[in-house]
Amino acid sequence: MANTTTEAASEAAGHAAEAAGHAAESAGMPQLNFDHFPNQIFWLVVALIVIYFILSRIALPRIGGIIADRQSTITNDLAAAEDLKAKAEEAEKAYNQALIDARAEANKIVAEARADIQKDLDKATAKADAEIAAKAAESAKRIEEIRANAAKDVAEVAKSAAGDIVAAFGAKADAKTVTAAITERLKG
Amino acid sequence: MATAEQSEGLTFHPMDQFIVKPLFGGDAVGMLTPTNVTLWMALTVLAITALFVLGTRGRAIIPSRMQSVAELAYGFVHKMVEDVAGKDALKFFPYIFTLFCFIVFSNFLGLLPKAFTTTSHIAVTAVMAVAVFLTVTIVGFVKNGAGFLSLFWVSSAPLALRPVLALIEIISYFVRPVSHSIRLAGNMMAGHAVIKVFAAFAPLILLSGIGVVVTPLSILAITAMYGLEILVAFIQAYVFTILTCVYLKDALHPHH
Repeated sequence: MANTTTEAASEAAGHAAEAAGHAAESAGMPQLNFDHFPNQIFWLVVALIVIYFILSRIALPRIGGIIADRQSTITNDLAAAEDLKAKAEEAEKAYNQALIDARAEANKIVAEARADIQKDLDKATAKADAEIAAKAAESAKRIEEIRANAAKDVAEVAKSAAGDIVAAFGAKADAKTVTAAITERLKG
Repeated sequence: MATAEQSEGLTFHPMDQFIVKPLFGGDAVGMLTPTNVTLWMALTVLAITALFVLGTRGRAIIPSRMQSVAELAYGFVHKMVEDVAGKDALKFFPYIFTLFCFIVFSNFLGLLPKAFTTTSHIAVTAVMAVAVFLTVTIVGFVKNGAGFLSLFWVSSAPLALRPVLALIEIISYFVRPVSHSIRLAGNMMAGHAVIKVFAAFAPLILLSGIGVVVTPLSILAITAMYGLEILVAFIQAYVFTILTCVYLKDALHPHH
């Protein structure tokens, strides 16, 4: 141990040659050189006070402000986004409502048009039916007439044919009797 | 020491980096002498100003990189104070943030080659630890009056044990500034000294054959230690700050 101390001392002495006055310091811990304490403490206090004022007067309020600003900006933006989302939803609802209304309107118009067409169609059908009925009645009348005429003709022809046949048999045909007979036959 | 003797020319002065020297020549270090302490503390102040004042100049909603870092540091310490010491401790936030910034910037600036690490000095860390101790004690008595003493009277323990516990609590309370300051200074000093020792081995290749093995190893060791020191630089600042918050919590809410 003593040996080491001597070595250290001799080493310190060697060192002293290049840096005079440091001999005592390099022997021990410079941290324990109490002569330097006032200097260190003085400059430390100065440094700490300067840092404290720079930070507390300028830097910290500024950074706090920046962070608060950012927070409020984010909050505002979120609120605005919420607002816009609500608006978009409202717009979508309005759009859907408009779509439903338009569809209903279209259905109504279609139904009305259909009803109009139906009415026209009914009218036209009725008219056509009436015309057909009139034509049919007329035709029936004409057929009836033709039939009556035909019957009359048949009776006429039959009368004359019967008169002729009776005459051919050499009998005198009483016109009245012949007519009666034929009418009787035609009915049968 | 043995190795230093064997290979003549290798110089071991791992502690020289911690010597306080006047900036402008001379040997006398008076109270007001501008020394390397002054220089590196001034650089710390400048770095803090650059980050927290110039970096936040834009006041941008979408932050620039510098502003992001500044906001990150702010958020980190703010949350720490709020979570550990409670909402009513937030009025001490600038004070705690000042300590955190000073320590973290001093630690990192100290990692620059040729730098002087102000936080490796017990004088510096002790002042900060004592300042925290005094603040906490004064705040504790102002806020709670004599009720602050209930911090030492563990009401959840059996009555017979309480005086013993009170003695232990009081001792541990007064040991706080000691451990608080030595933890930081010791960590910073040890790491830098170890790097310096490895660095002293590095030029061995110029002096002897064994250097072929030793030099790459020591360079590797320096790199690894440097990585570790980066971690330690941040962790020690964090530890100092969070302990400050814990002590502050004791002052504001002394009841266990």
